[in-house]
This record gives sequence, structure tokens and C-alpha cells, in this order.
Amino acid sequence: MLSYIIRRIFQSILVLLVVGLVAFSMFRFVGDPIENMMGQERTQADIVRLRAQLGLDQPFPVQYWKFLKGAAQGNFGVSYRQGRPVGQIIAERAPATLELAAVSGFFAIIAGIGLGIFTAIRQKGWASHFIMTASLIGVSLPTFLIGILLIYLFSVELDLLPSFGRGDVVKIGFWSTGFLTASGLKALILPSITLGLYQMTLIMRLVRAEMQEVLRQDYINFARARGLSERVVNFRHALKNTLVPVITVIGLQLGSIIAFAIITETVFQWPGVGLLFINAIQFVDIPVMAAYLMLISVMFVGINLLVDLLYAAIDPRLRSESAT
Amino acid sequence: MKLRYLPIAAALLATTTISANADTLRWARAGDALTLDPHAQNEGPTSSLAHQIMETLIVRDMTGAVVPALATDWAPSAADPNVWIFNLRKGVTFHDGSAFDSEDVKFSLDRAMTPDSDYKELLASVVEVRAPSSHVIEIVTDGPNPIMPNNLTNLFIMDKTWSEANNAVDVQDYEGGENTYAATHANGTGPYVVVSREPDVKTVLKINENYWGKDEFPMQVTEIIYTPIQNKATRVAALLSGEVDFIQDVPVQDLARVGSTDGLEVRTAPQNRVIFFGMNQGDADLKNDNVDGANPLADLRVRQAMSLAINRDAIKQVVMRGQSQPAGMISPPFVNGWNAEMDSSSTTDVDKAKSLMGDAGYGDGFSITLDCPNDRYINDEAICQAAVGMLAQIGVTVNLDAKPKAQHFPLINKHETDFYMLGWGVPTYDSEYIFNFLVHSKGEKYGSWNGTRFGQADLDAKIEALASETDLPKRNAMINEIWQVVQDEQLYIPIHHQVLNWGMTSNVKTIVAPDDSAKFKYFEFN
Repeated sequence: MLSYIIRRIFQSILVLLVVGLVAFSMFRFVGDPIENMMGQERTQADIVRLRAQLGLDQPFPVQYWKFLKGAAQGNFGVSYRQGRPVGQIIAERAPATLELAAVSGFFAIIAGIGLGIFTAIRQKGWASHFIMTASLIGVSLPTFLIGILLIYLFSVELDLLPSFGRGDVVKIGFWSTGFLTASGLKALILPSITLGLYQMTLIMRLVRAEMQEVLRQDYINFARARGLSERVVNFRHALKNTLVPVITVIGLQLGSIIAFAIITETVFQWPGVGLLFINAIQFVDIPVMAAYLMLISVMFVGINLLVDLLYAAIDPRLRSESAT
Repeated sequence: MKLRYLPIAAALLATTTISANADTLRWARAGDALTLDPHAQNEGPTSSLAHQIMETLIVRDMTGAVVPALATDWAPSAADPNVWIFNLRKGVTFHDGSAFDSEDVKFSLDRAMTPDSDYKELLASVVEVRAPSSHVIEIVTDGPNPIMPNNLTNLFIMDKTWSEANNAVDVQDYEGGENTYAATHANGTGPYVVVSREPDVKTVLKINENYWGKDEFPMQVTEIIYTPIQNKATRVAALLSGEVDFIQDVPVQDLARVGSTDGLEVRTAPQNRVIFFGMNQGDADLKNDNVDGANPLADLRVRQAMSLAINRDAIKQVVMRGQSQPAGMISPPFVNGWNAEMDSSSTTDVDKAKSLMGDAGYGDGFSITLDCPNDRYINDEAICQAAVGMLAQIGVTVNLDAKPKAQHFPLINKHETDFYMLGWGVPTYDSEYIFNFLVHSKGEKYGSWNGTRFGQADLDAKIEALASETDLPKRNAMINEIWQVVQDEQLYIPIHHQVLNWGMTSNVKTIVAPDDSAKFKYFEFN
């Protein structure tokens, strides 16, 4: 088990280095940050001077090495756009994204598993048909459109929920939370639905398919023959065996909720790291882009590692295989 | 659908409506100020916010006229034509209570001339700033400079002692990283004080009770809550739902929607920005065309034909939904040197254009790449698309290459594009600024935005001479002569002047400032 973990961690570090390298080699295609950093009155000499000052005149392996050296010491450089340390900016922005991701992840899991079980057990009812049809809309409509539709319905037409921002936030140490104020909670509703809808439908359809599969198994029939109640059959026997693949998917989807919050954050002007990243791309703010991409890959790699370990914990067969 | 959701939503939510005091103005626009350091970024939203908090010696009011701010009056020195003398306002204090005097002005202008400042070019002619007494400032230039004061309208004055105490003497530098106090804090003399600021999220300002002009200006807005909202649809939705009172950039497709909503208004004015195409006319051969060994754009007749093929009224009606003013010269209307005759000189005549193409030997046309930004000007890419169709009528096959601004502008700067779109605003309101950057041949100091490869030594000399010509009628005559060359050579193909659309609740009373800089001390409530 230990050697398995060490091997996985080593692989993870390699993945991170490669992600960083690919990201750095692509930054040159995003554009020239110098144009955005200087006003229209800049001269040719200014451009040359600033480029040299930022080290942008050096080949990208050198820039990458400098970034790695800084990152290893916890220094991600200074944002070209805001002129402040990147670490500080990301720390300010992370709570907004993490809270949004947590709420929409929670929504996606609860609603997804609940509706999945419901549609698997009551396959024929009109409610199941309605849910399945509606979920198709959830999967096929792009996020930004769902967001804008929700804004028009609940903000402009019904005037119930805010159309942008986080509402009032409370600072607890370095963490700013929207959970403690009424306006903060209201502001969370629309973005969380927008962000979680796709994941919810995905989880729902997965749970439904897996559960239908399991319900056809012999041991379910035996359980029924033993005279166990439907409730025990469905939840104690069927659901438990449904959950192994579902957990993997949920783990991976949680990563993508954070990583793909970008669009939702842009639509709702949600002050998280996704919005920060979009701004960084438009401005060619290389230090912020690099730090964000590294952060996201650390997260994905971490989640994958965790899922692998969880897997081994849940399924004894995997544990014995990995031990050999 | 609507009725189905109503009871659920209503049950879920307590009915806390968003309330604000009548004198609070909730302001949104697409971008946030990049920094509070007033000399670090010469950029619209950054100086817009700075104008609420800090002040300049002289300033443009909402009509664009130059009015006194921290200087009460100014004149060239009688003894030395190279010196401008400014008398400073007395009894002014910074937000922290310390007194304002000439040392602060000298400190700030010197700071704005350091290499990391974004404003040093505006002060390029300044040799020295002197503070002979506590409320007099002398600015020495390298020759007589008649329009020097025009360059000071965005040069903010910081408090010297505050800057020294907070390690903000240097303009923010991107390498140090520690030295960022001035990027998030400010101590100005302006009408509003920073209460809180989270970059890209929210900035709250409140009225400066000790402001020197408290009785002189309306000052009815006592609190400003500034939120950047990038997404167009969300920004409009925030105005429609009453979550903000004032948005500075209403997308053209939503003008009718906002204008027809009860309690909302759109106010419109020509902007200080002209949109045009530039052409490489200096190179012997072009990289981005299909003509070998020759440069079709070097032929004046081709350039004129291309201008004649552009139907500016159609662009105005279809692409801009009426929100533009067709242009005949690359100068916004209120700039010194602009004249109505040249600005209305652009006409559309496809037959004449075709015959000009024939005369030039390009009767069968040619193909060329047009480089266009897609996130910089209003409907920039759509304008280029319209131009593609119009130029096809005279046989010019245009391959459109639209990119984000961060990739587009370097092409102009590095002379890698032969045909490109550019927009230009004139902060000094004088033609010299246009000539310096767009007409003078490209070199170390001048012509940094001139992607046309055009340059005439005698014209360059004339442009440089403008800086020190003190005889204003003579100077204006020179400006006119230079414009005549620009027009005759068809150096650029002007398209239109952009129009500003400010959306606001009907109880907000203001005019639209041509530089898109809302100065809230002038705002009133009905």
C-alpha cells in the first residue's frame, strides 16, 4: 500500500511539471502582455525596457524555470494586471470559488442521487418521464445560457434574486464567507444551480442506469424472495452496490466544478478565481495564468489520488491487487 | 412556466428588497480600475476612478472644457517662454488631513516622470518642476510648449509625506511585489474618500466632507458603490432589475430595451474615439497579399478606391444600430484641428472606386488579410466583416483575421500587419497628439502607433515643430497643412466616431462626458 501511494505521488508530480511546461509554452500564443501594461503613449524604447525587466525576452524554458523556482518557494510573482503578489490575489479569491463549488456540488449530489433513485425505482411514472426529459435540457443547454435565463427570470422579471456578485460577505480571518448573511445566501442560489445543473443531471443519469442494472441482479430477487421490504431492498442492497462507480464520477466532477466555474463566474460576476483567470487571459497576465493552471492541476491530481485511495478502501479486491 | 415558479421562489425567499439611500449611486461598468496608483496605468477605467478620489492641477469637466482644479490659474512666464507658472489653490487638505502645497505637486510630477510611470510620455517635454514658494509651481520645458497644460488633466497629485511613509515613492514595479501599498490605498484631495476596495469586486467611496469645492459643485452623490460587471447581459440585467443605478457601457443591442423600460434612460454623446483602417503603403511588397513584387496599397488610387468602397452609413445603420457618426478624418470632433469639411469628406462611390482600381492596374482586384481586434472597440469584428463585403465589390478579396486585442496590437507595433483596424482617442484634445503617434514616421520617440510605414522627412519636421510653436494661429495653420497631407495621401481609411451610451435610472441627472470619465461631483438627483 505504501509503495503504491509513493508511486502515485511521484507520478502526480511528474504530471504537474508537464502541465506547467505545456502551459508555459502556450502563453506566447495568448498575446503580448506589454501592450496592455503600457498606455497608448508608450514608445518603442519603453516596450523593450519593460520586456527585458519582466524577463519576457528570454526563451520560455528559462521563464518556466524561473517560475518553478519561485513557485517552489511559494512565490508566484506579481500580477501584471493588478501589480500585487499573485499568491495574495488568489488567496482573496479562492473562498468565493470554493463556497460556490461546495454549494453546487452539494446540490448536484443530493438532487442527482435522489432523483436518480426515484427514476430508477419508478421507471414508468409520468414524474420520471418528466424528470428525464427535463434533464436532457440541463445537459444540452450551455452554462452561460442557463445562467442568463435564470437571471432574466429571477432577477429582471420576478425581482427575487440578485443578478450578480456575492452579496455581503463576512470576514473570518483570511476567509470571506457569504454563508452568514441573507444577501450572501441569496446570491449563492442562481450561480450554484447554474454551475451544478450539468453535474446533477450527470449524477442522476448515472445513478439511474447503475441502479437499474443492479435491480436486475439475482441477489435482489433473492432479497425480495426472502420477504425483505422494498425499502430495505432498494436502499440497503441495491443502492450500496450502485455507489462505487458513482463515487469516482462525483470525485472527478467536483474537480471540474471548481475548474469550470469560469463561465458561471463570468456570467454572475462572481469574484472567484475563475473570473480572475478570464481577466488574466484577456490581459495576458502570465503570472496569474501560470499560478491558476498549476493550482487547478494540483487539485485534479490530488482528487484523482484521493479517489484511487478511496477506491482501494471501499473495494477489498483492489486492495489485495495493489498489495501484490 | 413563470406562474409555476412564482410561489416556490416566493416561499423560499424572504422579501428583502435591495435598498439604498437616495444619495447613494451604484455604478457599474465592464472593467475595474487596475490600480489606485495614479501613475501606474494610463487607462480609462483606472483614471475614471482616480478622478473621484484624487485631483489634478487642471481638469476637464463633463463637457470636456478645461477648468481649474488644484491650480487656480496658470500662464506662461513673462520672463522665460520655456516656463509655465501655476498658482495653486490654498486651504486644500488631503483625506488624512495634511495640507496640500507645492511640494506635493513637485513630488507627484517628478514621480510621473520616472521610467515605470505610464504618464511619462505626456511629460516628455518637461525638463524640471520647481516649487519656488508654497503655492506656486513652475514647470520648465525643453522649449516653448503652448499646449503643455492640456497634458496635465490626468496627472494626479499625491501626498508626498503619505507616499514616503507608506513606501509608495516609486511607481508600482512588477518585479518587487512588496511595494504595492499605493495600488490599493489612496490619499488624495478629491471629492470622495475610499471606504473599502476589493479589486475586481467592489469599491465603496463616500463624500469628502472637507472637500474644497463642496459648495461649488452639486456633490449630491454622497456614496458611490462601484462594481465591475464584465458580462454585457448581466450588466444590463443589473440595471433592469434595479441593482445598479448607472452603467457606463450599454451594449448597442440592448439600447432599445433599456430606453423603453420605465424609470430608465439612455443618454448618448459622441465619444473621444475614432475608428479607422491603416494600410501598409511604405513597403515594396506585402507579405499578406497575393500580389508578387508590388504593393497595391502603395498606390494612392487603390487606397482611395478602398475608402470609396466603404459604406459608412450602412455600417452605422446595420452594425452599429445607429450608434456611430461616420468619419472623414481620424480625429474626434472636439479636438483642435478637426474641421467639419474634412470629417464629412468620406463618400461611397463603387463605380468610381472600380475605375480607380482599373487605372491603378488592379482591375481584377487582389486579396489581402485584414487584421482586426475582437474585444477592444464597439462591434469591432462586425465592422470588419461588413468591410469585407464592401471591399469585395471592387474586387479586393479580404481575408478577415480577428483576434483578441492582446494579439492584435503587437501586429501593428511589430509591423507584421499590412491592413488593420485601430481606434484612437485624444486625451490632450489637440491634433499634435494624433500626428505624433499616427502620422510621424516610426522611430524611438515618435510614430509608435504608425503601422502604415509612411514617413516624410519634411512632414516629420513640421510635426516636431508643433511642440514649440507658441504663435497659436500659425500653429493651427500648420496643423491644417499636416491634415491636408494626411487627407490627400489617404493615409488611413476613417470609419466612424464611436458614440457613448450611458444607461441610468431616470432620477440621475448628468450629461455624458466625451472622455467616458464620469465625475460624480457633477451628478445630481431629480
